Amino acid sequence: MERKIRRKDGSLRSVSYAKWGYIFIVPFFLAYLIFTLVPQFLTVYNSFFENYQDGLNQVGPNYVGLDNYKTLFTPDSAGTVRIVKYVANTMIMWFAGAVPQFVIALLLAIFFTSYRLNIKGQGFFKTVIYMPNLIMAAAFSMLFFTLFSRVGPIQALLVKNGWIDASFDFFSHRITVRGMIATMNFLMWFGNTTIVLMAGIMGIDQALFESATLDGANAWQVFFRVTMPLLMPIFVYCLITAMIGGIQMFDVPQVLTKGNGAPDETTRTLVMYLNNYLTNKNYGMAGAISVIIFIVTGALGGVVYKMLVKQYKEPQRQHRRRKGDVL
Amino acid sequence: MRALSDNAKGKIKLTILRVIVYAILAFLVFLCLFFFYLMIINASRSNAQLATGFEILPKEHFIDNLVNAWNDASINIPRGMLNSLIIALATAVLTTYFSALTAYGIHAYDFKGKKFVFTFIMAIMMIPAQVSALGFVQMMNKFNMNNSYIPLILPGMAAPVVFFYMKQYMESVLPLDIVAAARVDGSGEFRTFNTIVLPLLKPAIAVQMIFSFVSSWNNYFIPALLLDKAEMKTVPIMIAQLRSADYSKFDMGKVYMFILLAILPVMLVYIILSKSIIKGVTAGSVKG
Repeated sequence: MERKIRRKDGSLRSVSYAKWGYIFIVPFFLAYLIFTLVPQFLTVYNSFFENYQDGLNQVGPNYVGLDNYKTLFTPDSAGTVRIVKYVANTMIMWFAGAVPQFVIALLLAIFFTSYRLNIKGQGFFKTVIYMPNLIMAAAFSMLFFTLFSRVGPIQALLVKNGWIDASFDFFSHRITVRGMIATMNFLMWFGNTTIVLMAGIMGIDQALFESATLDGANAWQVFFRVTMPLLMPIFVYCLITAMIGGIQMFDVPQVLTKGNGAPDETTRTLVMYLNNYLTNKNYGMAGAISVIIFIVTGALGGVVYKMLVKQYKEPQRQHRRRKGDVL
Repeated sequence: MRALSDNAKGKIKLTILRVIVYAILAFLVFLCLFFFYLMIINASRSNAQLATGFEILPKEHFIDNLVNAWNDASINIPRGMLNSLIIALATAVLTTYFSALTAYGIHAYDFKGKKFVFTFIMAIMMIPAQVSALGFVQMMNKFNMNNSYIPLILPGMAAPVVFFYMKQYMESVLPLDIVAAARVDGSGEFRTFNTIVLPLLKPAIAVQMIFSFVSSWNNYFIPALLLDKAEMKTVPIMIAQLRSADYSKFDMGKVYMFILLAILPVMLVYIILSKSIIKGVTAGSVKG
């Protein structure tokens, strides 16, 4: 009886449900079109126009071709190309935070997944190290400012112990301001990277570690010959997404330096530069910078895309490739 | 004999290694908590007490600072928190619902151009909001919506990362037989999604709601470009305002309290749900 009914209803399958697929994805694409795609075109369009406020006078919009881009790469009176300087600032501060971020994250991921070490209290450690990732970057930065300011507690503590001079100002030295920004970036992201890398290591077939150890490989050999090569896709993925995040570095230096990139614009980032033009309503220059950021993140994003798609198609392929290896 | 001594040597080595590892972990825990600990301590000290410098133990002015910060004339933090809460909650609901809906549309139905749609969403995943901010702000100004919640909430309907997470989740937990069975029982497609599919996605929705809530609550760049009316400002804008105010005239106890209030809601959620949040971190990314 039951079977019969089912078969009867099975004929419903010939009814096409395709239109529902379209209906369900429409809201997403409508929102994307209105709030991202059209603005994206507008942004690119703006980059070809002279359009800013000179005092109370509105200049433009006048079509100027690639002039905004030329201006962007023209040295100022002091001979510095400002965008190059800001890109360099961004890269230096990202790098200073990312190196410890990845070294520590890799170490912790190995510690936590090691059966031999058998680290206790992993739940607690993970909870604590991931916590800064959720903190509002603007608030974290403001906290660093108050703690390290001339009248703040850290300054007082260091002076009291005689480690620094009372006249020392954390905010007037390039190295300390950049150091603070890199430290915050490190603290906010190393926990996240640790957790992702850990998942990567746990995804590796345990038998590989066992057989390597049985074959007499020591811990270093296991790490460099087994763990690292197999972890590579995830590691590269983390690295590139971190780079994309690094290019967007804004909240922390903006709040810490009140938007001026002190001292002497050495901590002004690319997005702070963009933000400056946006708030001053110089839409031509802001457009040109946006396009450049778009190209750079687009190129890096392309790599991430390739990795995700590859992983997506992998499950069926992996079998075939393994068989092929034997042959 | 030799085997035994080797064994003992190994044990000593392991113990030393363990001590080093725990020391590193303790140091990192200290780094992660130290600044926030100082924040809480300093939020409990009066302006005069703060002027005396570093202090390791809390004082008695926590409530005073809380009342002062809450009633501050220039920085209306309760209003800011309300604004942020409305925006973040609405974003979290919209983002997860429409991401799930979109993922389901691609997961459960066959239609022309499906592959292209999926590829497109994957391709736009990594493009940051900053690069279209100019056009976005211009458009919102033109529509007279720069002091409105709408441009801070509705864009959440298109969230490629959340979509990808939902899509992966559906592949592991959502057999299409269930959908077919619902059809047999005469359930409409929307009803099937809302009453059968959504409940199955609960864990994924919970995790993604938390993440979208947090990123919306912490979002600074776009809101700062749009909102200029005092009563519309969100918490991050107020915190940044604190930085540009004449700093020397401020009651420092109040400043620490503002920072504490800014991160408190997210911290409370995290303390309660840290386990599932940490589990959610790894999903939606490349697997080894």
